[in-house]
Amino acid sequence: MRLGLVIDLDVCVGCHACAIACKEWNASGTIGPLSDYQPYGAEPSGVWFNRIRHFEMDEYPNNKTINFPMSCMHCEDADCVTVCPTGASYKRAEDGIVLIDQNKCMGCNYCSWACPYGARELDRSSGTMKKCTLCIDRIYDEKLPVEERQPSCVLTCPAHARMFGDFDDPDSAVSRVVRERGGYPLMPELNYNPTNTYLPPRRKPVIEIETKPKGGLKESIKQFANRLVRR
Amino acid sequence: MHPAFSVIFFTVASGAGFGLFSLLFITDVFKLGGGFSREQLVIGGIVAMALIVFGLLSSTFHLANPKNAWRAVSRFRTSWLSREGVFAIVFMPLALVYLASIWFEAPAWLRDTVGFMTAVLAWVTVFSTGMIYACLKTIRQWNTPLVPANYLALGYASGSLLLLAGAVLAGLQTLPFIAMAALIVSIAAVLKAIYYFWIRSPGLTPTMNTATGLTRAKLKLLDTGHTHGTFLTQEFGFQLAREKASLLKVVVFGLGFAVPGLMLVWVFNEQGGQGAAIVAALAGIAGAAVERWLFFAEARHVVNLYHGAQRC
Repeated sequence: MRLGLVIDLDVCVGCHACAIACKEWNASGTIGPLSDYQPYGAEPSGVWFNRIRHFEMDEYPNNKTINFPMSCMHCEDADCVTVCPTGASYKRAEDGIVLIDQNKCMGCNYCSWACPYGARELDRSSGTMKKCTLCIDRIYDEKLPVEERQPSCVLTCPAHARMFGDFDDPDSAVSRVVRERGGYPLMPELNYNPTNTYLPPRRKPVIEIETKPKGGLKESIKQFANRLVRR
Repeated sequence: MHPAFSVIFFTVASGAGFGLFSLLFITDVFKLGGGFSREQLVIGGIVAMALIVFGLLSSTFHLANPKNAWRAVSRFRTSWLSREGVFAIVFMPLALVYLASIWFEAPAWLRDTVGFMTAVLAWVTVFSTGMIYACLKTIRQWNTPLVPANYLALGYASGSLLLLAGAVLAGLQTLPFIAMAALIVSIAAVLKAIYYFWIRSPGLTPTMNTATGLTRAKLKLLDTGHTHGTFLTQEFGFQLAREKASLLKVVVFGLGFAVPGLMLVWVFNEQGGQGAAIVAALAGIAGAAVERWLFFAEARHVVNLYHGAQRC
């Protein structure tokens, strides 16, 4: 099994609901609590597993806003695991989920240096590194109804921009949608082979924008008349 | 990258210590400058080991959770940080055996064998320290073989200057020590110059486009999505102004290589040899510290691509 997420950049509306749901669930989850520093102060900061950035692609009039959620990619070749000197970082053989053993981490930051995606954040209160667990305590919880055995971010996404599933199964919904929509990994040139996959924004017809009225004598008279007559 | 003082102190001090210890062995084997006495060799060895131990202790100050530091040797097979720790720990008893064999005048074969193993282990340890940084694909300024080469060159340059100061204080014939220090400091200067030349251009690195996979048009960051700095901006957001970096490079070459070089000439001409040798050692180590600060400050992590950098 190779569990991970598909994120549809065409659909994401950038509402940050996934980040909030992630924080809410994981603050009391296996790896929590997730510290906040000065939550009501002038400089609020804290530990988050899921962050959403906003980009603008191309220039006016072809520009498009892309909302870009990012969490742990659960890479196949995860350097964060190999560089860890204490063995606190590990990748589960059975489902490919990358986790941190909070009892072993010494807070050296080395894994965060090795991660190109910024998926790992040091919790200054506990002195340990924390990261997305793919909600391991939800997806395997047999007390939950089957349809709720999914990561919090996926369940909460109001736009359904996120999907969760097994990438090793060619017939799973995530594998199918990646095939059909040309899903891609981030920074493939670093060879980390991330599991999480992004679906590109679809191309939309360019909306023509007229900066000047079409020429011609009739049009000019109409414009002139429009200016004269007060409605 | 955020330059942590404890890590800078650690790499400079332990680098100098390992360098000094290795060169002390060479001095002992070839009896350079007439050869140190038994006591002088042991004192030199203890100074080197003190530098290494204080360096290693300092490195634990940058850990957020030092109570688990003892686990840091458990991933020898994959992690260079673990390897560095293991080699440093194995070095200690061997170094003590070597010093003991000098003190108790053990047979030459034993003394030389243990000394050689200690010297090699010192080299391997400094190499591993460099590889901690060089193995990271996420930071182009570090991901080059020049990084362990520089760590070794600067460690041995600092060590050779300390050894020269020791030789002058012990009243040995200084010429071989001057020659050795001059050679190693020049090699370190040349390697550092190549390194600075190498990292000047970005080369083939990830860009904002490959980082997001949105390669069909130019991209710009609209919003980072957080209201204040995060761990990521604090750890990786440190960006040094270009003109400041150039100035610091001048300081590195002036303090780290030119001043020691001039002092070597001074010692050679016997114009207040002791003072000059001590100035050379201190300037060399201070230069190495500035170099190390810049090494961290200039490194740009690819995560900055998600915070608005077009390329890293």
